[in-house]
Amino acid sequence: MSQYGEIVENGLWKQNPGVVQLLGLCPTLAVTSTAVNGLSLGIATSLVMALSNASVSPVRKLVPDEIRIPVFILIIAALVTVVDLTMNAYFHPLYNVLGIFIPLIVTNCIVLARVEAFAAKNPVTPSALDGFVMGLGLTFVLTLLGAMREFVGKGTVLSGLDLVFGPEAKALVWQVIPDYPGFLLAILPPGAFIGLGLLIAGRNWVEQRRTAAQTVPPLVPSPSH
Amino acid sequence: MTRSPYLVEKTSVSIVMLKVLLALIPGVIAYVWVFGTGILITLALATVTAIVSEALVLKLRQRPVMPFLLDGSAVVTAWLLALSLPPLAPWWLIVLGTLFAIVVAKQLYGGLGYNPFNPAMVGYAVLLISFPVLMTQWPAPGVLAGAHLGFMDQLAYIFGRHLPAGVTLDAISSATPLDYLKTQLTLQHQVADITQSSIFGFMGAKGGEFVTAAYLLGGLYMWQQRIITWHIPVAFLGTLALMAGIFHLFDATQYASPQFHLFSRAAMLCAFFIATDPVSGPTTPNGKLIFAAGIAIITLMIRQYGGYPDGVAFAVLLMNLCVPLIDMYTQPRVFGHDK
Repeated sequence: MSQYGEIVENGLWKQNPGVVQLLGLCPTLAVTSTAVNGLSLGIATSLVMALSNASVSPVRKLVPDEIRIPVFILIIAALVTVVDLTMNAYFHPLYNVLGIFIPLIVTNCIVLARVEAFAAKNPVTPSALDGFVMGLGLTFVLTLLGAMREFVGKGTVLSGLDLVFGPEAKALVWQVIPDYPGFLLAILPPGAFIGLGLLIAGRNWVEQRRTAAQTVPPLVPSPSH
Repeated sequence: MTRSPYLVEKTSVSIVMLKVLLALIPGVIAYVWVFGTGILITLALATVTAIVSEALVLKLRQRPVMPFLLDGSAVVTAWLLALSLPPLAPWWLIVLGTLFAIVVAKQLYGGLGYNPFNPAMVGYAVLLISFPVLMTQWPAPGVLAGAHLGFMDQLAYIFGRHLPAGVTLDAISSATPLDYLKTQLTLQHQVADITQSSIFGFMGAKGGEFVTAAYLLGGLYMWQQRIITWHIPVAFLGTLALMAGIFHLFDATQYASPQFHLFSRAAMLCAFFIATDPVSGPTTPNGKLIFAAGIAIITLMIRQYGGYPDGVAFAVLLMNLCVPLIDMYTQPRVFGHDK
């Protein structure tokens, strides 16, 4: 597999930040009360990760080892400020919902982890790709978890779409079960933990079946008794 | 031919669980007498849900179904949850709580013997935080209710939320004393005045106190049968009474009497049936004392200062978290070894 293919596979499946590395749990658990929230924060994080990996990689040989962490954090913080201000300007209602979690992308350990583990050792193009794909992997998990919690908790799909696309998008919100009484647990923090646990279990189960299918030789059909 | 020693008592999980169910019978009878036959529907619904879901998950987990199903632990969980829920709760609430207790709190953690949290209390806590309105809607005990619901009426209400003509929800429901006490205290009333209300009985809630007394009876039977040791009930009830007594002595206008706390809501059920769960509780004698005292303190704090009327479920779950630590620090000295 080519180098880029491997990066993509790592980010999306093998080392998925959300369900394998379990990095950046704070936003994963806190903002995924709806699919739209999860998706939005995921995209913002991916953007920051791609940009920070791409900007750290060129200066990796100039930064002294001893002070690399503060330098990286400063670069990340500058990029997060850009994303933060952009979201505030163009998606203000959504910005209000996500609130403190946009600036907190700075402290999200997955961002620093990829900068430190990948961008500080690799050229610009693979670094940028790695950052973006890792962010994409996280985005998938955030969106899926958000969709699960939203569906179980409120009985809707894509509620809050109007925060992104304006009030007209409210018509697109799908109320799956009319008069749904709501299941508050899924919206509250315990729901996030349980949902994430189920996602991790699901991923491990798929992985187990895949490895089992690869390692076990095809069974000879046993003679019937 | 059998070999010595001959005096072997045949105990198995099934027998223990059967005796626990037997010990719950007086409580159920008192319940029926006070709140009507609806509880039997709730119990049946919870039992069926527990058995079916346990069997399905065991099959999914590729474990032997029958031996685990016959041990009866799922039924005990179902009964404890059903007895904690408000009678006349809608059917889906009962099914959902039982499913959560059995599938998530018990089987996903590895089944009987591996669950760190008391399954019935997990089910209860999930329902309480998810559906606070339904979970605090208690029917008035028979002696107080403005209208009486027969078995078929209760059945119709549990499954269809359908009340007979001319009966309103207000006619059959009332605030529980713990609830009432809390709201009235915030309105600057004094305990002595509040307890003059007709919903208070001799010691706890009117009607409800007989149910708790029946749990006490069942609990004593379990103790006599050596299914539970004295440690947890004594430490729980003792600490609850002692703490409530201190508060009561300190300011009788603001804090209810110890006997009120002992005979209200889930205290007796917790002391003998819930906190004594051998799986999620500690194993050492000293550990049991600490565990039960902790539950009592947290329960009382939630009752007096918390947002929920009763705190048993949360107290049990919080102390379940501490069990590994408690067990580690209360290991008895092994015979022949220094400390």
